[in-house]
Amino acid sequence: MLLSVTDAQKIYPSASGTVRALDGVSLELGAGEFTAVRGQSGSGKTTLLLLAGGLLAPDGGTVMINGQDPYKMASDARAHFRSTEIGFVFQQFHLIPYLSVLDNVLAASIPTHPADAKQRAAQLLAKFGLEHRLHHVPGQLSVGERQRTALARALLNRPKLILADEPTGNLDRENAEAVLGHLTEFANDGGAVLLVTHDDEAASRAKRTIHMAAGKVVE
Amino acid sequence: MNVWRLVVREIAHRKLNFLLGLLSVAVAVGSLVGAMTLVRGNELRTGELLAAKQADVEQAIVEKEKEVAAAGVALNDAMRKITKGLGFNILILPQDQDLNELHVEGTASKSMPEKFVTDLAESRIVTINHLLPIVSKKLRWDEYDRMILLTGTRGEVPQAHRDPKKPLLDHVPAGTMVLGYQLHKQAGLNVGDTVTLMDREFKITETYPERGTADDSTAWVNLAEAQEMLGMQNLVNAILALECNCATQDRVAEIRKDIAAILPGTQVIERGPPALARAEARNKAQATAAAALQHEQAAGREALERETAGRQLVEKQTEDFAAVLVPVVMIGCGVWIGFLALMNVRQRSNEIGILRAIGLKSTQILLIFLGKAILIGLTGALLGYAAGYLVGVSWSDFATTSVKSARLFEPRLLLLAVIIAPLLSGLASWLPAMLAARQDPAIVLQGD
Repeated sequence: MLLSVTDAQKIYPSASGTVRALDGVSLELGAGEFTAVRGQSGSGKTTLLLLAGGLLAPDGGTVMINGQDPYKMASDARAHFRSTEIGFVFQQFHLIPYLSVLDNVLAASIPTHPADAKQRAAQLLAKFGLEHRLHHVPGQLSVGERQRTALARALLNRPKLILADEPTGNLDRENAEAVLGHLTEFANDGGAVLLVTHDDEAASRAKRTIHMAAGKVVE
Repeated sequence: MNVWRLVVREIAHRKLNFLLGLLSVAVAVGSLVGAMTLVRGNELRTGELLAAKQADVEQAIVEKEKEVAAAGVALNDAMRKITKGLGFNILILPQDQDLNELHVEGTASKSMPEKFVTDLAESRIVTINHLLPIVSKKLRWDEYDRMILLTGTRGEVPQAHRDPKKPLLDHVPAGTMVLGYQLHKQAGLNVGDTVTLMDREFKITETYPERGTADDSTAWVNLAEAQEMLGMQNLVNAILALECNCATQDRVAEIRKDIAAILPGTQVIERGPPALARAEARNKAQATAAAALQHEQAAGREALERETAGRQLVEKQTEDFAAVLVPVVMIGCGVWIGFLALMNVRQRSNEIGILRAIGLKSTQILLIFLGKAILIGLTGALLGYAAGYLVGVSWSDFATTSVKSARLFEPRLLLLAVIIAPLLSGLASWLPAMLAARQDPAIVLQGD
């Protein structure tokens, strides 16, 4: 199993006491699986995604990624683990504004230093139709191009798991299709994709859809 | 791709933030370097001024010494001339000459061998000079019906061990006569006239103006002729001399002792101003000159001390000002750098979040911010040093030439600036950098 979340609990403090963002969520994701997580805002989707990505420690339960519990690692070891095992794609892209498209993708190589980083980055960008944008900064790109750049960054270190939080939320249909197509291709090549989305069309590309409400998996 | 590329790209992207930091460090380093350059310039200028002042004082003292020496020489010369003007003041007489008779009659009645003067001239005596042997006798000049003092002289006898001196009394050639004032005035005689004395003819070659002494009634003729006329061949009545111009307590006693050793059958008396009084006058003049020299030296030293104290006061004021200004500027700069770094961290929270998400370690995040601070410190130090040096050089009254300006360049200060400024800049940015390194990426990413 690439991702195994068991009875995950996450509680946030709030003005009125506490909010149980995750309440006993369990989830498994194997190689080649493309799973969508749907639910209302505040249902705990993003919390589940961050917890699955080794970014947010659970208050209860366990998270195993490719057989290892990242939360038992030291902070820097966990960061390095993330860089090799997980790729992130966000709705807001989170590209670094002062780096070129190529450098934004290569930023993912800072923790890992792969020898072929530049070559692979160029290949990915060419594959995503961005070969003419290598030296442009994000401000000069369309939203679709930005998301494809973010996707190329997520794939640079050949992760086994892609965690995507509303990756098509800001895209038009054509660009959304392109991004979903690449995610599907990644899953078909043996990777695992966990996609958080409100979009029916996006969810329809997943082999499995999980519905969440009030921090629980309801369907 | 590495962290430093991120640092450089971010600097290029957020130029204002970098420039504000750079300006701050440059101002701090520039203040320090400018102040140090000014202080150094003041020190060098002080040294320069004091050296010049010292040279002036020494030159003035040398000049004064020369003046004093010249005055001393002039005084001695004047004293010598005065003494010479007074005429021969040492009288060497036969030992059996009655001095009472001499004073009453005005001439010596006893005689001594003329050879004595040769003995004296060939001796190494230094206490007297200008040796003049004479025969002298008071007699009646029948042709003009008056008493005169006839003096025969052969002129001064040169001393073997001394350079020839200009004679006080010229040689009177045979057949000629020199007349004192009263003689030529009363007899109506002039230069060129021929007169007869004791059946001998003499041509008058010179007449003296009034001296107010026995010289006014004296007729000078050649010594040999006078000796013949008076029946005193190879004899003289006296040897006149001039004592040397030397400072001593009892010159006459020394002269008597020296002459007694050479001419045992003689006696010595001094005429005119006493030697002791002359020596005292000379010593007094020398003491006055020495006091003037001492006064000049003291005045020079005092002027030098005043100049030193004045320059030291200016230096201290500059140093005190720098001691207050530099820490204030450096603290202000540190606070400003820290503030800018904090703003930078807040501005880049999303970037930090994603960098953490894609696997950058907290130490790498720390390095991104500290690296920027170090670059600001290093560049600011170089620019600040250049600016401070230029300001220091342009304000310093020492750096009047390019060579002097180069002397104000201090490599050690530059080295210190490029080490300390990045360190302080890094230190000022440490807290914001730590905040960045500890930032939880989940908080940022949850915002989506």
